[in-house]
Amino acid sequence: MSKKLTIEPVTRVEGHGKVTIQLDDKNNVTQTRFHIVEFRGFERFVQGRPYWEAPVLVQRLCGICPVSHHLAAAKAMDVIVGAGTGEGLTPVGEKMRRLMHYGQIFQSHSLHFFHLASPDLLFGYDALPEKRNVINIAIENKDLAVQAVLMRKFGQEVILRTAGKKIHGTGAIPGGINKNLSIKERDELLKGPNPFNADMMIIWAQGAIDFFKNYYKKNKDFIDNFSKFPSNHLSLVRKDGALDLYHGVLRAVDANGKKILNDVDYQDYLEYIREEVRSWSYMKFPYLKQLGPEKGWYRVGPLARLNTVDFIPTPLAQKEFEEYKSITGKVSNVCLHTHWARLIETLHAAEMIKNLLNDPDLQSDNLVVKGKKQKRGVGLIEAPRGTLFHDYEINDDDQIIKCNLIVSTTNNNQPMNEAVNYIAKNMISGKSQITEGLLNAVEVGIRAYDPCLSCATHAYGKMPLEIILINSNGKIVDIKCK
Amino acid sequence: MSTFVKFIIDGKICLSEEGKQLIEAAKENDIYIPTLCNYPGIPPKGSCRICTVLINNRPATACTTKVTENMDIKTSTPELEDFRKAVIELLFSEGNHFCPSCERSGNCELQALAYKYRIAVSRFPYFFPERTIESWHPKLIKDHNRCILCKRCIRGIKNNEGKTIFAYGRRGQYLEINIDPETSKNISDELAEQAMNICPVGAILVKEKGFITPIGKRKYDYNIIGSEIENQ
Repeated sequence: MSKKLTIEPVTRVEGHGKVTIQLDDKNNVTQTRFHIVEFRGFERFVQGRPYWEAPVLVQRLCGICPVSHHLAAAKAMDVIVGAGTGEGLTPVGEKMRRLMHYGQIFQSHSLHFFHLASPDLLFGYDALPEKRNVINIAIENKDLAVQAVLMRKFGQEVILRTAGKKIHGTGAIPGGINKNLSIKERDELLKGPNPFNADMMIIWAQGAIDFFKNYYKKNKDFIDNFSKFPSNHLSLVRKDGALDLYHGVLRAVDANGKKILNDVDYQDYLEYIREEVRSWSYMKFPYLKQLGPEKGWYRVGPLARLNTVDFIPTPLAQKEFEEYKSITGKVSNVCLHTHWARLIETLHAAEMIKNLLNDPDLQSDNLVVKGKKQKRGVGLIEAPRGTLFHDYEINDDDQIIKCNLIVSTTNNNQPMNEAVNYIAKNMISGKSQITEGLLNAVEVGIRAYDPCLSCATHAYGKMPLEIILINSNGKIVDIKCK
Repeated sequence: MSTFVKFIIDGKICLSEEGKQLIEAAKENDIYIPTLCNYPGIPPKGSCRICTVLINNRPATACTTKVTENMDIKTSTPELEDFRKAVIELLFSEGNHFCPSCERSGNCELQALAYKYRIAVSRFPYFFPERTIESWHPKLIKDHNRCILCKRCIRGIKNNEGKTIFAYGRRGQYLEINIDPETSKNISDELAEQAMNICPVGAILVKEKGFITPIGKRKYDYNIIGSEIENQ
């Protein structure tokens, strides 16, 4: 007899999803699906709008990483106004955007690790829900909770000073930026009273990595075996192979680290990337064209980035990267290593913020550059959750006529489905009841990707994460809803 | 030589030249009367009704009424304030005003009035009308979604021959203000800029200038509309 349990508050992912698990006669898992069943359609209603509106309009996709959408759209518009791709801007134009972006990476990664993921690590995925949350982190580890809040706040303050607002600012415009960084603004971030300054953020980011490494030492089996499966990995990399979250060329490697997309210009991404539509989800399934939908799906995000890049161009993060690589090997296909990779990126972002704040180019007044107008522009950026694609076409009257967005979480659609499948097969098969711990185990697998489901499908409204257990007769055995 | 008259606004004794627009006379006496259709230097129209005040206890628009001796004016009663809010809410309901992505956000008088009157949502149902954007002009865009038909542009923007570059098109509920292809030919950048600035909302835009003013530097980022008059 089917039953439905509801657990509130809602789960710790951004957006909402549903998982279905199909069983055979012996209650073995035969099929799992991670469904996204809401739809909004930014690509449609941006049509007809003036092109310079896009960076401000499309960032409303998301309240967590609007900067990523803002900058990806602005990069596409740079191409349209003839300012080139990435390197074409004035130094202050590019560096202000980079500062904004690293502020975004820093706050989003801090939010995810401390607020969303750490309760699973600190209390265990099968702890009681009333225990397994950020409130109990604050109760049991006050210093860590305060750090978490202040790290996120620092990233938001960087965004405020570069975009004008902490959420949904207007800093990036086609061909550049609408403001520089004043000395006062710079010093507030660089020399603010402890702990609120760039140096302390670096120390805290290092502390977060140490926290994870200590956890890893004690829980190596759990981290390494909870969810792992081979996949391709894709990201932007700097032309010299360095980690670069703002601009670069597209690189993909297979599960063994072999390059399968060799540093190509992302303006031509349609030559390499395709999106498959499946009837049961509003989120598409991107794949590498050369390998097809079955073998061409790939992961994006921190884990993928540390698999594709050759090195990290800041010293402290590079040192951590080397240690990480010495343990995980050339390529990691382990889901929970994503947390580790994310924290290394957090440290890199803190170092980049400090470096940029010390750069006098940020006080320049040469904000915008333009050239010969183009009809189409593609902007890619490494958002916190992974590679983000924005592609626009305009008409002779400056109106957008076509738009294609491939959001980071969309790129991770198949990997999240694989994670759900892996966990279900290893933890559910043979069982007829879903325990609360199992429900959260599935979530832990999804959560490692830090998915932003609303972004990916452009959903609105409230939709819970739901797990449905169906037997071989198609009968619903159990439903759990968070 | 001008003749000055004495009148009372909200209990305050005021002086101004006889025959001056009441809205301007109030401004000279540091009193702000909200308006959307009125603009200094162009003939008043009285179309938005937001400047409605009580003159000797009878409602009248402050932009079309000339000040006379011993007028007793009330600009702010609970009924008047609610009336103004209702008019502003109607304007939001009637058009498609999406402030989050509008480049006039922070410089928009309609938005600024909504903030002044603390309007979070309209009491009237939203029409969500299907409207177009005129973007054929090389320098200007006319976004009909945002137009409140105040006619400031028709009254205030003229080409070198003194002809208006904006004109009415269509009828009734479909009435819209269009860019005139003939009179708007070869307009200067300065005139295009003036056209954008005379519009109280984001219905007239100069192409490729959007979001050039950073947040914090926009007119109403930190100042409530009218405070520049009241705080003189």
